[in-house]
Amino acid sequence: MKCDPKDVIYMDNNATTRVAPEVVEAMMPFLTECYGNPSSMHSFGGQVSGSVEKARIQVAELIGANSKEITFTSCGTESDSTAILSALQAFPEKRHIVTTRVEHPAIKHLCENLDRLTGHKHRVTRLHVDSDGTLDLTQYEKALTEDTAIVSVMWANNETGVIFPVEKMAAMAKERGILFHTDAVQAVGKIPINLQELDIDFLSLSGHKLHAPKGVGVLYVKRGTPFVPFLAGGHQEDGRRGGTENVASIVGLGRACELAGETMEEENTRVRALRDRLEEGLLTSVPKSMLNGHKTDRLPNTTNISFEFVEGEAILLHMNIHNICASSGSACTSGSLEPSHVLRAMGVPFTAAHGSIRYSLSVYNTDAEVDFVLEKMPPIIAELRELSPFWKAE
Amino acid sequence: MWEYTDKVQEHFLHPHNVGEIEKPSGIGDVGSLACGDALKLTLKIEDDVIVDAKFKTFGCASAIASSSVLTIMVIGMTVDEAEKLTNDDIADYLGGLPKEKMHCSVMGREALEAAIADYRGVILPMAEGEVVCDCFGVTDLDVIRAIKESDLRSVEEITNFTKAGGGCGKCEDTLRDILQATISGIPVVPLTADGPKRMTTLQKIKKIEEVLEREIKPALKKDGGDIELVDVDGDFVMVSLRGACTSCAKSQTTLKEYVEKKLRELVLDTLIVEEAK
Repeated sequence: MKCDPKDVIYMDNNATTRVAPEVVEAMMPFLTECYGNPSSMHSFGGQVSGSVEKARIQVAELIGANSKEITFTSCGTESDSTAILSALQAFPEKRHIVTTRVEHPAIKHLCENLDRLTGHKHRVTRLHVDSDGTLDLTQYEKALTEDTAIVSVMWANNETGVIFPVEKMAAMAKERGILFHTDAVQAVGKIPINLQELDIDFLSLSGHKLHAPKGVGVLYVKRGTPFVPFLAGGHQEDGRRGGTENVASIVGLGRACELAGETMEEENTRVRALRDRLEEGLLTSVPKSMLNGHKTDRLPNTTNISFEFVEGEAILLHMNIHNICASSGSACTSGSLEPSHVLRAMGVPFTAAHGSIRYSLSVYNTDAEVDFVLEKMPPIIAELRELSPFWKAE
Repeated sequence: MWEYTDKVQEHFLHPHNVGEIEKPSGIGDVGSLACGDALKLTLKIEDDVIVDAKFKTFGCASAIASSSVLTIMVIGMTVDEAEKLTNDDIADYLGGLPKEKMHCSVMGREALEAAIADYRGVILPMAEGEVVCDCFGVTDLDVIRAIKESDLRSVEEITNFTKAGGGCGKCEDTLRDILQATISGIPVVPLTADGPKRMTTLQKIKKIEEVLEREIKPALKKDGGDIELVDVDGDFVMVSLRGACTSCAKSQTTLKEYVEKKLRELVLDTLIVEEAK
């Protein structure tokens, strides 16, 4: 297999990101000489634990937490499951969960399978979103009951980039003694987060979404929050997660968090400007195209655009010819036969949902790349529309 | 990412026969925007030979490629030859399709059938079935046909070929029942009614006559025969064979193996066909 990142225009950073060269450099010793087990008594292994602890501090600093509140996991999905199942076990008498219709499958499918996993019947309230993908807080307030064990609302949506008011929602949960979890996999590293000031009890993040490798994640657990481990086993992670630490990746994640802190401003200025230029350019040059998601309450790197009357997979494969990488919410790309649950929850018409393309940028994208995509997209859409029985040129 | 053959890639990127024939002899319009794929096939037929075919497709790479090769395959065929084309023929021509994409080849076959039916001025029987999958508007007859034609053995395969069950998934149990019934050869229990379907004699006569006109007569006429409905008494259907059938040694076999089977499949599974003397 041959992969040359120089050959591609990578605009699929909400799927996964390039591992930063600085991160690789930080990891290398732990993949070669420093192979000791951090739990060992000998200093050859023991010294490695110092590096894990350093990474813990680096992660904590990025999200305004205390390093004691950071537990390393294998991925965002594990963090999500751990948080929800922990809350349900901590409050076995409470049988209600509040979440949204647009969560990532890690939460969506977990909530759909709770009965099987816990052996108890649970009621799940899934909050509706408006046509711009935003949540209505009155609806949320009404959903909170004495029976509610935990609220799980994503910080930012992976498909549209829409940001939810989790700060406020967490405070509302806290007033009622309800635990609050947020899947912040898409938000961490892209927008400033300061958990110290917030009532968020659990937060999930994933390494590979912020230029660390795949296979490492974090669950933040606010100090004082009741916690029941998901993976039983050794005493690692202060007894919160059994299993020998993925040392190299943890060190890499620490370094990636440090870098994210440094590039946060660039992400919210230069990357945002690139995204805006791409978005405006596409919406003006391609007729019958529309933005999915709120224009301003949104991650700086994401734009989700629907090209009506054409199908997403066909668009992506044409883009692939030009080595442009992006994603689609169309049925054919979702692995199922229906278009994205997020776009459907927003009420995006089928004519548009099937032809939605998500461009998600990173600090590695350039002006020249945006120019190239702006040049290639209109003819691709025009060519596919020529084939479409629904397209009537105006 | 899907593993597409070179042939699929080639026909997706450079599709043949794109467009619409003006004043076509037959139009096949299948699928919809909501379903995520749709195909409009137009045929030009002269002396029962397809002399031109064009398509417009909304859908993924395999849907576009299936449409493109479909037009190539049918041009030059007689209508009778084209009618025998199966979805597997389309998939084979493409060097295979990912299993999740087989429904794209089925859509090609459906469009062809619809266009031929339009040319002949008949109504397709498939539309007559009971809708089992509301999400994609798939009928029990569509499902049974796919099971038989492509030798399907699981609900997942039914979904891959027909899309039924690929939405909300509520019809999965029904699909499993249809699958079991079809494989074991037991007539399928009607889906909507509680237990066997109850029909008045008048309803039966109407329905039987429809099926005779649409399905059975055209088939018999090909061999110079014909059939008339004489009477319906309970589950007994009295018919009279005409034309070449009267002197045909195989007429009893035709009556039982073809006419009765068809009527059981499309009208009521308890019907018994007899020749009126």
